[in-house]
Amino acid sequence: MTINNHNITFECETGNYHTFCPISCVAWLYQKIEDSFFLVVGTKTCGYFLQNAMGVMIFAEPRYAMAELEEGDISAQLNDYIELKNLCTRIKKDRNPSVIFWIGTCTTEIIKMDLEGIAPKLEAELSIPIIVARANGLDYAFTQGEDTVLAAMCQRCPKRSETQNINCINKSLVIFGSVPATVNTQLTLELRQYNINVSGWLPSARYTELPVIEEGCYVIGLNPFLSRTATTLMRKRKTKLIGAPFPIGPDGTRAWIEKICSVFHVKPLGLREKEAQIWQTLQNYITLIKGKSVFFMGDNLLEISLARFLIRCGMIVHEIGIPYMDKRYQGAELSLLEQTCQEMHTRIPKIIEKPDNYNQLDRIRDLQPDLVITGMAHANPLEARGINTKWSVEFTFASIHGFANARDVLELVTRPLKRNLNVEVIPSTFSKIY
Amino acid sequence: MKLAYWMYAGPAHIGTLRIASSFKNVHAIMHAPLGDDYFVRLVDMRSMLERDRNFTPVTASIVDRHVLARGSREKVVNNICRKDKEENPDLIILTPTCTSSILQEDLSNFVKRASLESTADVLLADVNHYRVNELQASDRTLEQIIAFYLDKAVKDKSIQLEKSIKPSINILGIVSLGFHNQHDLIELKRFCHDLDIEINQIIPENSSVNDLKLLPRAWFNLIPYRETGLMAARFLEKEFNMPYVDIVPIGLSNIKSCVRKIEEILKMYQLNKNYTSYLETQIRHVSQAAWFSRSIDCQNLVGKTAIVFGDATHASAMTKILHENMGIHILWSGTYCIHDAQWFQEEVKGYSDQVIITDDHQLVADLIAKTEPNAIFGTQMERHIGKRLNIPCGVISSPVHIQNFPLSYKPFVGYEGTNQIADLIYNSFTLGMEDHLLDLFGGHDTTDVITNTLSVKNELAWSSEAKQELAKIPGFIRGKVKRNTEKFARDNHYDCIDLQIMYEAKEKISR
Repeated sequence: MTINNHNITFECETGNYHTFCPISCVAWLYQKIEDSFFLVVGTKTCGYFLQNAMGVMIFAEPRYAMAELEEGDISAQLNDYIELKNLCTRIKKDRNPSVIFWIGTCTTEIIKMDLEGIAPKLEAELSIPIIVARANGLDYAFTQGEDTVLAAMCQRCPKRSETQNINCINKSLVIFGSVPATVNTQLTLELRQYNINVSGWLPSARYTELPVIEEGCYVIGLNPFLSRTATTLMRKRKTKLIGAPFPIGPDGTRAWIEKICSVFHVKPLGLREKEAQIWQTLQNYITLIKGKSVFFMGDNLLEISLARFLIRCGMIVHEIGIPYMDKRYQGAELSLLEQTCQEMHTRIPKIIEKPDNYNQLDRIRDLQPDLVITGMAHANPLEARGINTKWSVEFTFASIHGFANARDVLELVTRPLKRNLNVEVIPSTFSKIY
Repeated sequence: MKLAYWMYAGPAHIGTLRIASSFKNVHAIMHAPLGDDYFVRLVDMRSMLERDRNFTPVTASIVDRHVLARGSREKVVNNICRKDKEENPDLIILTPTCTSSILQEDLSNFVKRASLESTADVLLADVNHYRVNELQASDRTLEQIIAFYLDKAVKDKSIQLEKSIKPSINILGIVSLGFHNQHDLIELKRFCHDLDIEINQIIPENSSVNDLKLLPRAWFNLIPYRETGLMAARFLEKEFNMPYVDIVPIGLSNIKSCVRKIEEILKMYQLNKNYTSYLETQIRHVSQAAWFSRSIDCQNLVGKTAIVFGDATHASAMTKILHENMGIHILWSGTYCIHDAQWFQEEVKGYSDQVIITDDHQLVADLIAKTEPNAIFGTQMERHIGKRLNIPCGVISSPVHIQNFPLSYKPFVGYEGTNQIADLIYNSFTLGMEDHLLDLFGGHDTTDVITNTLSVKNELAWSSEAKQELAKIPGFIRGKVKRNTEKFARDNHYDCIDLQIMYEAKEKISR
């Protein structure tokens, strides 16, 4: 794959930015994988984060818990193996899950707890699969937590089912990325129209239903933050990765399907018309945002795809902040961004990796964008300074993939702008205009 | 290792950050990995309701792989100096987290080095992350800051040791993210005004560290909440011979003891005040709670059962109020402030059948289920337990959600506080009664809807797959999706709705 993105400028700042801790992936993954149990091995700090980040969900008897490390664990007075065995035995007895995930944290990294070493032993002893994922804040940001979990799950996918015959294998397609069940159905149906059968999803709704992954089969990602999973699938499972833009927005979805079709030698008849139809239904939103400017502070790695979609909608993107930029895995997405900018006759926005929030606030003050997509830490203070914001985390929790959900993305983007149409904002309530 | 699903009190650094962010112009720098600065969001949610809408003065000096390899000296020192230039704070507090504290870096040395270069004072929060919780840490940090600035003032002789002419007090421990603290503060100001006592300093809420040298001017200190401020008060007593009042002025009898204690202290200063007539007017005319407890409505509450759980301050005060003023039978009363267990036990002795000291919410849930009280007075967690068991709950203590930072005036302390609490208690129980009556008579009006003008005669068929998909859609919009899809199917002359048609409808119907 040749990546032609010499026109895009990449910068890297200090990495002083706000984002969620990657252990937050537990919040959506335990719901997605119905028979799982997530055990986060960490401290009170991790526990308090989950408790606050997940709000009300915590009261619904979630299938996750903290293995809270105590002073004896840190100073190695207690034996990790025995401690973990006790906890997992209890979990098995109380909840009887099909799999237990151990989420390693910063503390387990620093004290070098050998989770990967202990897991196979306990797995054999308790006869329950134990998967280790190191989703810690030392190495990763927010959605990358899902990446570490899925990468660890790759290794557990069965090799070949009894019924599958060899001819089928080269034709089979596994899609990776955790999305709500409705999105799974929507995309499966979409591809079926072009005679492409999705042979499995990673993750599946149940651990016991993990897809068969055979050497040489095709895999494609749904989300821009899954580069470790992609690497693992290619290197360890010898699969072929289809590099495509991500199915976010009608343009992204069309490009995603087109790429899959080209790999399977299918002509995607009617795809362009379908895209055009979808754009038609989005007209009301587009008139609202056309010509308006947007600034991504960066915290969840969806930024490139969202920016590309919004540029296609006619918005001007000042800056794309992003925690981590994998230029290989996101190669096709970057090309589409560049192409979109050329076609829409706009300047290609700067991509700022590991942004510095303090500097960004300076730039926001200078640029006065119409919309800032940012985390909760900055949203209210910016609103108080007369700048419209959209909380970035909502994009990770909403359904944003495929044709059918393009509108939901724009619904999120336009909400603050619509509110301004409806609410008369009294200027004197703002002490400082930014 | 401990299996934990939920905790009442947060980790130690949260306590330190709450103190830091309560002061004006104090900046906290967390020595923490990416993502640990979620505290900013908590404070922001609160501050948007209560104070100015500024950025929370907390940043992180990020601990990443490079830091593990090389140590974070340069980084921490640079970050401190950078913040010093950018924001010009009076004080920068370096706050270790659970993770960073096991790195065992010489943070105090970094602080020394940074303070040479910065104009701001620099302190290292002195808390052990594996031994103390959020509340203990906030108590300790407040003491640490006060001690630091008084020591400094003593050295440069700027300290104000001369007492004010009129009797005056310091109110210690009004902290950001504190349960109804902002409203309590207004009520405390009124309280002091009525007693004809000046307020010297309110610490730390919105105060400046430069004013801490004025603390010894006050005649005595008031600590409205036991969780934060007690250590500082003890320090001031020891070093500056300042007496303190640590009686929580929540509920009629507590307010009375608090006022009596103040009388005693004033007497020590040769000032004889008699607040008896004040107490009487307040009880008769300001607080409705005393009259309310005599009223016929309150008679119905006699013998009703309740349980109380929360922090030591609020749970003990609530227990007394329920028992003394309302005649409610308290099955058990408890706190998660394990470190203050002895005080709590003595405080609620004789008011409840049993005292529970635990920070395990599952034990609390089991106990509630076992004892089946008529009402619960607890934290957000107890409210959810109550929901599950169908027992009404009044929230009286942290930890709380955003809804417990109300916009309207809702103090817990003082005489207005007694009114608010009476409402809270009474409403919890009446709702319970209504519920019972509804149960007895088979629910709300159950008459079927007779006419339905929206119904269409030719019903459309749904494939079983589509039906399943429809069931996945959240209840509150399911009806709308069904109607829209059926309209779309009818317009396009489909007889049976399958998955394909459902999604086609979603795509093509523009709003």
